[in-house]
Amino acid sequence: MAADSFVQAHIDYGAVAPMLIVFGTAMVGILVEAFVPRASRFWVQLPLAIAGMVVSLVVLVTISRGHEVITAGGAVVIDAPALMLQGTVLVLSIIALLAMAEPLGTRSPDAFTQSGASVPGSPAEANAVRLGATSTEIFPLTMFAVGGMMLFPSASNLLVVFIALEVLSLPLYILTGLARRRRLLSQEASMKYFLLGAFSSAFFIFGAALIYGFAGSLDFDAINKAIGTNGGMDGLLAPGVLLVAVGLLFKAGAVPFHSWTPDVYQGAPTPVSGFMAACTKVAAFGALLRIFYVAFESLRWTWQPVLAIVALLTMVIGAVLSVVQTDIKRLLAYSSITHAGFVLVGLIALNTVGISGTLFYLAAYGFSIIAAFALVALVRSGGTEATHLSQWAGLGKTNPLLAGTFSFLLLAFAGIPLTSGFVAKFAIFSAAVGHGATWLAVVGMAMSAVTAFVYVKVIVLMYFSEPAEGTAVVTPSALTGISVAVGTVLTLLLGIIPAPLFEMTQHSTLFLR
Amino acid sequence: MNGPDYSYAPLLFFAGIGAAFAVFSVFAASIAGPKRYNRAKADAYECGIQPSPHAEGGGRVPIKYYLTAMLFIVFDIESVFLYPFAVSFDRMGLFALVEMVLFVVTVFIAYAYVWRRGGLEWD
Repeated sequence: MAADSFVQAHIDYGAVAPMLIVFGTAMVGILVEAFVPRASRFWVQLPLAIAGMVVSLVVLVTISRGHEVITAGGAVVIDAPALMLQGTVLVLSIIALLAMAEPLGTRSPDAFTQSGASVPGSPAEANAVRLGATSTEIFPLTMFAVGGMMLFPSASNLLVVFIALEVLSLPLYILTGLARRRRLLSQEASMKYFLLGAFSSAFFIFGAALIYGFAGSLDFDAINKAIGTNGGMDGLLAPGVLLVAVGLLFKAGAVPFHSWTPDVYQGAPTPVSGFMAACTKVAAFGALLRIFYVAFESLRWTWQPVLAIVALLTMVIGAVLSVVQTDIKRLLAYSSITHAGFVLVGLIALNTVGISGTLFYLAAYGFSIIAAFALVALVRSGGTEATHLSQWAGLGKTNPLLAGTFSFLLLAFAGIPLTSGFVAKFAIFSAAVGHGATWLAVVGMAMSAVTAFVYVKVIVLMYFSEPAEGTAVVTPSALTGISVAVGTVLTLLLGIIPAPLFEMTQHSTLFLR
Repeated sequence: MNGPDYSYAPLLFFAGIGAAFAVFSVFAASIAGPKRYNRAKADAYECGIQPSPHAEGGGRVPIKYYLTAMLFIVFDIESVFLYPFAVSFDRMGLFALVEMVLFVVTVFIAYAYVWRRGGLEWD
């Protein structure tokens, strides 16, 4: 009988403990939402979420020494790259969550609406605000997203990748639609993100089905072996690989699957944009790395030119379109598209230098972009966020601290020496030159120059224009303070002494299969 | 493999017959069917019952329906997993029991959230 052949999958609970802790914290967060009185929810949820991620990180660091396993029946791989990516996601999520929680003197995260389900400006919304509704649901939602982001790069089975993709995406769709200010824009962004995300998920799962038809398995290792042995079935394999790549490149925000990025980053609550730009990119590129380096490893000479073209388009289109942006959030969104192109240049290098450069770039960029979006959230005009560039004029005179920090972060995005951006770009482009793709490195440097022009334009606007009417900078609590300080200091430190992080990424290039 | 594999050919044949029947039915109905006016034909189709009235201009549907439906799905999914477990739990031992209890607990966390936040109150 078939049922007698049931084999129980062995699960190494130590190896998956960091993910279990994050998911468990999310569950407790839901119970807190259900049972703790409104007034005290914020100060229960915030320490709970932070504690959950810190404990998870401690466990992750503890198990990281010589603990490399393939567990859960080959569905989850905890190897050096997975540990490195999970650690990066956790650290970035902690500082992103601090910025997202910013209460600005209230008992609820300031960036989020208190009544997401009601029509903007309706009596129902006013009533919810009057009754003291809170927006503390964002804490469990974020924890679920973080859990999905941790599973995404460690999944070793296309179905588990898909589940992780959904677990990280669904909370992000909701978080995107919860902005307190400019709610219609936020809801529009949420809807667009959801619809396009659903399409990309469908592409992914259809690709996975085709690959299953080709290989007879969804396990990465089995797929790779099948590519070596099953000749003459490219009709299933090639579309499968391409469709899976579409699903992943969508999450990474690469051209031609980037069009959602500016709308969503503009509409989402500003700290959530930072969270998505940092952590989602880490998770998405982590999954891309594992799938292309493990599952499609035997095909590497076939997919490499395809991804090279994607990288080229991503760099050029992101950089060129960032020149004409007039909204600071859209500008940072196009900048993040360009950066995704740079990371792709490292990803297609097919050597350990490329992998370690990619991992370094993701971490370095994450710290900078979280701090940058946290600062954008503080600039206000007439009760709403002042995101139009003209409203940023003269900030250098009215608020030198904010303008100075933001200028430094922009210089890091441009890749000026003494910032982490320079070291990261250097690592990526030297990997590209190392494997013979000098043309990609040249295009990358040209596009760096184009984006540098955009960033310098913003800096000039802040320092050499008359202050704009009505623009004011709100004074944040220590939460945003810590978030921005950590992001900025690490951007500087990684630019001066990159060796410790480089050493870690260089030890994290070997995929277990 | 010798020559093309025809084992899926009946499937293709069946799909062809299905498509042909659909096209044939539509054309045949428009040619052969009587065309008598009936006011019920202009109404929205709702499983043979009187269609429930909708507000003009895409009016709003009470969101209560959605919450009830969501909660139903939560428990529906739970039972989908509980049935196969109940049929063969003796073969899987304590591990499966613990896993199932954890699964049911997570479902009840969602239930507790809906209950405490007023999702079960109709008015």
